[in-house]
Amino acid sequence: MSSAEMKPNEVQEDTVIEEVDVEMESTVDEDKIKILPQATSEDGTCASFQIMDEDHTLGNALRYIIMKNPEVEFCGYSIPHPSENLLNLRIQTYGSTTAVEALQKGLGDLMDMCDVVEEKFTQRIKEL
Amino acid sequence: MSVDSTILNISQGDNIWDANKFRENLEINISKVGERETNLDLINVDTSIANALRRIMISEVPSVAAEYIYILNNTSVIQDEVIAQRIGLIPLKVDPDRLTWLNNDLPEDEKFTDENTIVLSLNVKCTRNLDAPKDCTDPSILYHNAHIYARDLKFEPQGKQEETFADSPVVSADPDILIAKLRPGQEISLRAHCILGIGADHAKFSPVCTASYRLMPKIIITEKIKGESAKRFQKCFPPGVIDINENDEAYVKDARKDTMTREVLRHEEFQDKVKLDRVRNHFIFNIETVGAMSAEEIFLKSVKILKNKAEYLKNSPISQ
Repeated sequence: MSSAEMKPNEVQEDTVIEEVDVEMESTVDEDKIKILPQATSEDGTCASFQIMDEDHTLGNALRYIIMKNPEVEFCGYSIPHPSENLLNLRIQTYGSTTAVEALQKGLGDLMDMCDVVEEKFTQRIKEL
Repeated sequence: MSVDSTILNISQGDNIWDANKFRENLEINISKVGERETNLDLINVDTSIANALRRIMISEVPSVAAEYIYILNNTSVIQDEVIAQRIGLIPLKVDPDRLTWLNNDLPEDEKFTDENTIVLSLNVKCTRNLDAPKDCTDPSILYHNAHIYARDLKFEPQGKQEETFADSPVVSADPDILIAKLRPGQEISLRAHCILGIGADHAKFSPVCTASYRLMPKIIITEKIKGESAKRFQKCFPPGVIDINENDEAYVKDARKDTMTREVLRHEEFQDKVKLDRVRNHFIFNIETVGAMSAEEIFLKSVKILKNKAEYLKNSPISQ
């Protein structure tokens, strides 16, 4: 195969990858979660977050799993008004970690928990 | 670290999240699998998790229902919008995984494709039955098509649906649902576009009739109950809960059957002899499906949706 034949192929591949990248960027949800600056300490150990389009389903589960983190002093959530689809989440740590890290760990732990439940359940289904 | 926090930490003790420990302790028992109803026990999970799964099963597991009804002709006594509402509520036997989500940003004429929409049609006309006996008063004998049922909805495969739905044509999960009653000369002609949706948008998209849990009952007999008293004690509970052993003593045989009636507490003779409690981390789920998916599938999907929620939030950038 000559090099002339190879070239257009390479170019094509590049453009395909670029397109995928653009698509990925556009799917990132910028408005999903924001930090509330007036309720956040300067060192980041205490923070409040506002999460869009979530309710007690995620709020309470997340609150529970974040409270299981020994570095977290307090975690609570509230739905400020029933006709607004918002969730406020408050995290206060003892100072050894930041609220954002605690939130990320909580989300990771919740995902692990779901994996365990899924795994156990599929195992039980197979045994039936 | 302040004094308070150390106390809190100690009280947390082995409460710290540990996936391996959770895996060891978690117990799932599927106790009853029916066509429509499934019973399963979820043991050693927190209420917040059990409740999240229950909420997701009711309002966030997607399913298919009629959403857009195009009425071509309706001379029946029922108004167009009432028929549309009734058709929307009919449960359809469609695997939701076969459809994709509708893109509402597209204009109306590009929105519906064979990948995201199922078309059902209803074309019925009521006529007189000329062979009916003279003294008959039953409308179902006197007329043809006097009663219109869910089974009269006809699936109209679009595009490649002819092949993809060849093994399972779309029908109602309950064919005997009455849609309308007609009299001679009246007719209904309509097309229904069925799409994917979630229960949070409209109850017709909920894949379950009910998904609920109760806590495992716990009956603690603190003082021996013997003889005739034991028999009366047994009668305070639903059958099978309390049994009497060879020593003529009442014992708890199967607390799961208990419905948590507080009947025993009304009897003076059992005062301080029994305590009624619940096991706080033992959830008995009862999932009744609408017919499109099995209850096991719905439960599994709810777990995946909860995980997706967490994953999506984790991947979202935190803005100021």
